Amino acid sequence: MARLTTTLLMATALVATAACSKKRPDVLPPAPGGAPEAPPSTGATDPNGGITPGSAADFKRSAQSDTVLFGLDMYDIDGTARGILDSQAAWLTRYPNVRITVEGHADERGTREYNLALGDRRANAAKNYLVARGIAPGRITTISYGKERPVALGSDEESWAQNRRAVTVVVG
Amino acid sequence: MRIRLCGTSALGFGPVTSSSAVTSPGVVPEGSTPADAGVQLGDVSRGSRGPSHLDPGVRRGGSEGRLSSRAAARASLTALLASALTLLATPAAAQLVPPAGTPAAPAPAQQPGAAPAGQTPPPLEVDVTGGISAPMPIAIPPMPTQSVVQTPAGPTDRLGRQLSEIVANDLRNSGLFNPLASGATRAIAFPEVTAPAYDYWGGSGAQALVQGYIRANGDGTLTVGCYLYDVSARTELTRQGFVVPPSDWRRAAHKCADMVYTRLTGEGAYFDSRVVYVSETGPKANRIKRLAIMDQDGANSRFLTAGSSIVLTPRFAPNQQSIVYMSYVGRTPAIYIYELGSGRQRLVVQNVATTFAPRFSPDGRYILFSMAQAGNTDLYRVSAAGGTPQRLTNAPGIDTGGSYSPDGSRIVFESDRSGGQQIYVMNADGSNQQRISFGGGRYATPVWSPRGDLIAFTKIQGAFRIGIMSPSGSGEKLLTNSWQDEGPSWSPNGRVLMFFRQGRGNAGKADLWSVDLTGVNERRVPTPLDGSDPAWGPLRP
Repeated sequence: MARLTTTLLMATALVATAACSKKRPDVLPPAPGGAPEAPPSTGATDPNGGITPGSAADFKRSAQSDTVLFGLDMYDIDGTARGILDSQAAWLTRYPNVRITVEGHADERGTREYNLALGDRRANAAKNYLVARGIAPGRITTISYGKERPVALGSDEESWAQNRRAVTVVVG
Repeated sequence: MRIRLCGTSALGFGPVTSSSAVTSPGVVPEGSTPADAGVQLGDVSRGSRGPSHLDPGVRRGGSEGRLSSRAAARASLTALLASALTLLATPAAAQLVPPAGTPAAPAPAQQPGAAPAGQTPPPLEVDVTGGISAPMPIAIPPMPTQSVVQTPAGPTDRLGRQLSEIVANDLRNSGLFNPLASGATRAIAFPEVTAPAYDYWGGSGAQALVQGYIRANGDGTLTVGCYLYDVSARTELTRQGFVVPPSDWRRAAHKCADMVYTRLTGEGAYFDSRVVYVSETGPKANRIKRLAIMDQDGANSRFLTAGSSIVLTPRFAPNQQSIVYMSYVGRTPAIYIYELGSGRQRLVVQNVATTFAPRFSPDGRYILFSMAQAGNTDLYRVSAAGGTPQRLTNAPGIDTGGSYSPDGSRIVFESDRSGGQQIYVMNADGSNQQRISFGGGRYATPVWSPRGDLIAFTKIQGAFRIGIMSPSGSGEKLLTNSWQDEGPSWSPNGRVLMFFRQGRGNAGKADLWSVDLTGVNERRVPTPLDGSDPAWGPLRP
C-alpha cells in the first residue's frame, strides 16, 4: 500500500512537472524532493512498482532528493543539504556495491572556466560529506559541468538557485 | 597619408614606428614595402627585416633560416611585395605585379599626374577617435580582369567584384575607413588599374583609392594585384601582388585590405586571420556544441567536431596547425589537441582529474591549463607533446584562466584566493604572484595582448563587460556594456577584441562580437549558428 501511495504521488508529481515545464511558474518547487524522472513504463504491473532495489530508480525514490543546492558562489553544505545527503548516505550504506557520480553545476552568472572549477568544488563538497558519513571514496566520482547544463532556463534568482547544485547519479 | 592612431597613448599603443611610416605625403621610398609596417606577433624584428616573412614557402619550414636570399633578391628587384600565398611558391609567381600584358606600370614615383614637388598637400591624418566619427573616405572599385576566365572559385569578373567587396568590408569593420558605397564607385577599365583617374576620384570625396585586378594563371592559380593611391597627392602609396589557389581567393582580398590598413595606420595587419570558436545550437538546457573554424570576417565557417560531446574554449597553436580545447568526450572532461591537417585528436594530460582552460605558450612548446582536484583548482603547464605536468600555483582556491605574455616570460591568470575572482600576474615558473585588479566587482578571463601592452578581461558586476588594463593594473577601461559579454580574444595586431555575448533567459543565445580598443566600434561577427568562446588566431603567413 505504501508503495502504491508512492507511485501515485510520483505520478502526481510528474503531471505537475509536465505542467510546470509548459507554464514556467514564478515559484518552482523547493529544493527537497526534486522532480523525479519518469519511472520505467514496463514496471507498471510489477509488484515493486517497477523499481529494482539498489537501482537508480530506487535511489531516487528512497533518498530525499538526488540534488543539493548552494548559495551564490558558495559550496558549503547547509542544513537542508545535510538532510538530503544523509538520506543518500543511508541508501548507499544499504547497497555497498553501488557506485555514484556527483555532478557539480553552477548558474550562468559566473564565467565559463571559473564555473567549471566551481562545479568541481560543489561536487567535491557533496562527495566529502558522503565520505564523512561512511561511504567509501572509491565509490564516488565527481564531474563538473560548470554552467553548461542548467535545469532551470530563466535568467532570474529562482532559476539560478536551482542551477547551483550537486546531483548524485547512480552509475551501477 | 596615414591615419594616426592617437588618443590611446596613455595605454601605450601609439603609432608603430617603422620605415613605412613616412610623413612626407604620397611617396613610397625606394625599397620600402608594406611588410615593413607589419608587426609580427612575438617577433617584431622579423617584421622589420623585409617582406620575406610573408612568404609561406620560407616560413613553413619552421627553421630560423626563413629569410631566403631569393626573397631578398626579389625584394630588391622591385619596390613591391609579391607574396606567394600558393603552395606552389615559384619565383616566377612571386613577380606578377604588374603582370605581362597588363597596363604598363610606371615606377611609383613617376605616376602621371603626381603633384609636382613643392605643391604637395599636407599629409592626411585621422586619429582613432576621429576615425570612428569621421572614418577616412576610401574608394574601392571592382577589380577588373583582362579576360573573363572560369575558375573553381567562379568567373574572374565576378571574383573581381567580390574581392573589392571583401576589402571594403574589412576596412569598414575596422571602424577607421568609410568605403564609398558600391553604387558610388564606377567600374574601372583594366589599363586604369595602374593609371587612376585622380580627377574623378577627387570629385567622389574619396581620400584614398584601392584598385586592383584579378587574373587566372595557366597553372590554375589566381593573381590578384592590389594598389593603394593617395587621391589628393595623386601618387601611388604601395602595391602588392598575391598568387593564390582558387580555394584561397578570399585571402588575397584580406591581404590587400591588410596592406591598405598597415600602410595608412602604421598598425599591424589582422584581416588575413582565422578564428576558432564553439558553434552552438539547440535548447539552453542541452546545447549542442561543436568546434568550428572560420575566417576573421565570418566567412568559410566549418565544423571540426560532430557535437556528440560538449566542447569548450578552443585556442590556436601559434603555428596554427593545431587547436587545444576542452572536451567532455571520454570518462573525464579534459584537454585535447585537434590537429587541423589530419583531424586527429589526442588527450594532452593522462589524469583522472578534470583539466580545462588550456592555452599554448607563445613558442608553442607548452600548454598552460587548470586542473581541478578535490575541489581545488591550480595552474599547471605541460609540454605540448604530453608528459608530466608542472604545477605553477598552489594557493587554496580557484586559479584558472591562465594566459602567457607574448614573450612567454610571464603569466596572467584569475584567482579567487582573496574571496572573489581577481587578476594576478606571475613569472612563467609560478614565482612572484601579484594581484593587479583592485576595482569594484570581480575580474575574470584575463588575456595578454599579443603586443604585450594590455590585458583584456571580463568584469563581473552583475553584468559581464569586456575591459582592458595595463599589465600593472593601471588604466582600466571598459569597452562594452551589455548583459553578458564574456571571454575576450585579441586580434593579431592587438587592436580588436572578439568575445561572445549571451542573451538573457530561456531563449537567450550566444553570438560572437568584436570591439576595438576605443570601445566605439562594436560589431556582430556573423556565424551560421550561435557562437561562443572565440579565439583569434595569428596572422596567416
